[in-house]
Amino acid sequence: MKNTISALLLGTAMALSVASIASADDKVVKIGVLSDQSGLYADLAGPGSTLAAQMAIEDSGLKAKGWTIDLISGDHQNKPDIGTTIARQWFDVDKVDTIVDVPNSGVALAVNNVVKEKNGVYINSGAATSDLTNAQCSPNTVHWTYDTYMLAHATGQALVKAGGDTWFFLTADYAFGAALERDTTAVVLANGGKVVGSVKHPLNTADFSSFLLQAQASKAKIIGLANAGGDTTNSIKQAAEFGIVKGGQKLAALLLFLTDVKAIGLETAQGLNFTETFYWDLNDNTRAFSKRFSEKMKSGAPPTMVQAGVYAGLMHYFKALEALGGNPHDGAKVVAKMKTIPTDDPLFGKGEVEANGRVTHDAYLFEVKKPSESKGPWDFYKLVGTVPGNQAFTPLDKSTCALLKK
Amino acid sequence: MQALYAQLLVGLINGSFYALLSLGLAVIFGMLNIINFAHGALYMMGAFVAYFLLNLGGINYWWALLIAPIVVGVFGMILERTMLQWLAGLDHLYGLLLTFGIALIVQGVFQNYFGSSGLPYSIPDQLKGGVNLGFMFLPVYRGWVVIFSLVVCLATWFLIEKTQLGAYLRAATENPTLVRAFGINVPRMITLTYGLGVGLAALAGVLSAPINQVRPLMGADLIIVVFAVVVIGGMGSIMGSIITGFALGVIEGLTKYFYPEASNTVVFVLMVVVLLVKPTGLTGRAA
Amino acid sequence: MSALTDDTLPVTPRAMRDEMIVFAAMAALLAVVPFTGIYPFFVMQALCFALLACAFNLLIGYGGLLSFGHAMFLGTAGYVSAHALKVWNLPPELGIVVGTAAAALLGLVTGYISIKRQGIYFSMITLALSQLLYFLYLQAPFTHGEDGIQGIPQGHLFGIFDLSKPLVLYYVVLVGFLAGFLLIYRTINSPFGEVLKSIRENEPRAISLGYKTDQYKLLAFILSGTLAGFAGSLKVFVAQNASLTDVHWSMSGEIVLMTLVGGLGTIFGPVVGAFVIIAMQQYLAGFGQWVTVIQGVIFVSCVLLFRRGLVGELAHLLRRSL
Repeated sequence: MKNTISALLLGTAMALSVASIASADDKVVKIGVLSDQSGLYADLAGPGSTLAAQMAIEDSGLKAKGWTIDLISGDHQNKPDIGTTIARQWFDVDKVDTIVDVPNSGVALAVNNVVKEKNGVYINSGAATSDLTNAQCSPNTVHWTYDTYMLAHATGQALVKAGGDTWFFLTADYAFGAALERDTTAVVLANGGKVVGSVKHPLNTADFSSFLLQAQASKAKIIGLANAGGDTTNSIKQAAEFGIVKGGQKLAALLLFLTDVKAIGLETAQGLNFTETFYWDLNDNTRAFSKRFSEKMKSGAPPTMVQAGVYAGLMHYFKALEALGGNPHDGAKVVAKMKTIPTDDPLFGKGEVEANGRVTHDAYLFEVKKPSESKGPWDFYKLVGTVPGNQAFTPLDKSTCALLKK
Repeated sequence: MQALYAQLLVGLINGSFYALLSLGLAVIFGMLNIINFAHGALYMMGAFVAYFLLNLGGINYWWALLIAPIVVGVFGMILERTMLQWLAGLDHLYGLLLTFGIALIVQGVFQNYFGSSGLPYSIPDQLKGGVNLGFMFLPVYRGWVVIFSLVVCLATWFLIEKTQLGAYLRAATENPTLVRAFGINVPRMITLTYGLGVGLAALAGVLSAPINQVRPLMGADLIIVVFAVVVIGGMGSIMGSIITGFALGVIEGLTKYFYPEASNTVVFVLMVVVLLVKPTGLTGRAA
Repeated sequence: MSALTDDTLPVTPRAMRDEMIVFAAMAALLAVVPFTGIYPFFVMQALCFALLACAFNLLIGYGGLLSFGHAMFLGTAGYVSAHALKVWNLPPELGIVVGTAAAALLGLVTGYISIKRQGIYFSMITLALSQLLYFLYLQAPFTHGEDGIQGIPQGHLFGIFDLSKPLVLYYVVLVGFLAGFLLIYRTINSPFGEVLKSIRENEPRAISLGYKTDQYKLLAFILSGTLAGFAGSLKVFVAQNASLTDVHWSMSGEIVLMTLVGGLGTIFGPVVGAFVIIAMQQYLAGFGQWVTVIQGVIFVSCVLLFRRGLVGELAHLLRRSL
């Protein structure tokens, strides 16, 4: 309940003078993990993200080199207002330098503006919106782990290459779903595939049967689910009911997390395709990290890609701090430094922070195992294909980020 | 044309949930004069009870259909005894506010313990698979939901409109003092009625568990749609709310086929139209 | 129908004087806030919600109409103002006007529909209408769905006051709040307000006295919606974003809660309620979903134990109208 305590401290700290911190030596940084601690994203980010941040601080070894690193966490409750208020207070009152995680695109973009205004550092791992490194990019922002462009691109490309050349989309009827469908369609067409139809469904639909019937009638080889969260899990579950996968069609979820697969269960989710950039059982490094991680988690769950992204992002941030040697409070300068160092960490491998703030690293297409193939409580995925980092994300010449035009 | 039949049938399935829930609301409103905002939360509890029964006690779906409504019904009766009964004689709005508060508490507690993403509950083996109807592939479970809820709705209608107990109930709605004079324990009847209405919600919850994820907020948005259904149908008659529930499910199903973007707003739009044309609702009397 | 508030003290010059004293004290207290070290963004937010709750209270406390969809005015005005400021590049004062006007128009349409039914039906209709709008905003391109409208320029009010300076912004919001509050106060004590109260107490009687009650209710609804919209437009400058949260039913619930905690039908109750609830959200943020549970508990205990609310109970103790 560290976050509880810190939130209470946040209140009391307001009344106290914090001048003492400002005058301390210049090897002091404070990191705020701003996440959804109890809502929709709590399982895939939330407390696990805070743990990942703690582990990054320990693993960096900066403390032994004379640095003081403090960590606080907060709950934005998926409300942009609450998110920005916490972020402002962190900068103004608690003298936070860096904000990490921030799932939920709406909150993430709102916080993006605050961090820019306050010249902090923003390492986002939890949000899907590719706007963070395009239209709304900022010199203070680094976006790790994933975004809608990557999801659409990696999944579309890999599946068409594997023979899934006719697609039907089930699209959530709002900006996020439309972006996923648009980007995936472009990739499918570019790789010689065909889109035979699509249907828009409202957000938070309880019953997908009408839409699934249309998808079934389309005879497309791949049914792309351009939706998220409860909509994705419900459509997968109901697709099983209508015998869609058994009938020979494949489901491709464009955004799905480890925790969602757990919630659906292997029985229903088997055969499902989707993209992630991290899986605990990828290699020795990820297994070693995940083992340490899940031992400290109350639920014993391994890290999700978002939590892994918090760890990797902070590790890279610490490298930049070390390279700077001190005075970590000019956010834009720190981020500029982060962009000059190639990324290389045990969880995501090698990559780089591009000029628009996008971090490129490999992305993997997974397929959910059959229950008979699974050997443990979290043994869910088979690796189907790998898309190299420089192909998975928005190419710089297509990015609309204003930073690139200078 | 084939697709149209399929959508009609699919609409009936959704209609089953609307009918069960609006029926429960109507039963409660008739007796307690309260709009039960907690209805969605109690529907969710029904699904969770089924989940617990299966995963903690190994008790299957069929028993859950019986046990969950009883468990949630008893919970509802406790709510009625400890809280709702103190509102008798006050403005109806307080009932709405109180039950809204109860809904927040119940949903919040479940969210704290089970997160928001939902838990799996699979279809019972006997109802797995589907039949090819020629124009569509109908999962057996869906067919079961329609038939079962139709039976439950009609049984409730029979209980209230055609039996001795129902007669007391209707009489007590009209004139509680007089019915009390006949030696009938009206407060106990009110409690039982609330339990019945709530039990119907829980039953709908169990029915939906295998179709949707079992999650704490599964009833929160649904209840608003059901409110609109109730406004359209009026809460005057039991049969009225059953028919409106099924009818709106079908209309929604058709919208999903012809103009899917509007399928989550169509019930609200219909509500506006009905209010403009016939302000008292299709079957209802004024509140 | 029993009355929502049982303290129907006559409006006497003394009561008016008391209320003006409290009002002056409140204004003075709020005016010195920036010099006390209290975080101004918190107070600004609370002020916006206080105005919103007061507008809502005009309807429930004096008209007996429980709207469960008031978030639609907050959100609509917010979206329209945000769009006007960011895309049309309007100056702040026009941004506020456009947003508030949108809320007024919405009030006219939704009011016309919802006053066709009374009591709980009215509440359910307003809730359903706001849910309808929620879905429309979710799908409409100009709201950017769940991303919301971000990075709204604050600009210079009347070309003079730089709203990006927290201190300037604070006083602008404060003046807006006080103006809205006084307008509501004036309305309550006008002949119009008296008719409204008589409708709350006994609508058939008001009709028999020759009042066209539907027109009064519609006017009250529009006024309430407009002022709620004004609060929403002000909030855009404070939060610098407009998002779906502000149109969601849970926001409508929070508005009801603020007013209930402070005291339905009291003049200062909604203000107190708004500060209490916003402070609670801020300081209990670390408790996550328990905040919802706590809100639920407050709802239940308000209804069961102190229906008059904080200010209502105080007024009852002092035998004063507050």
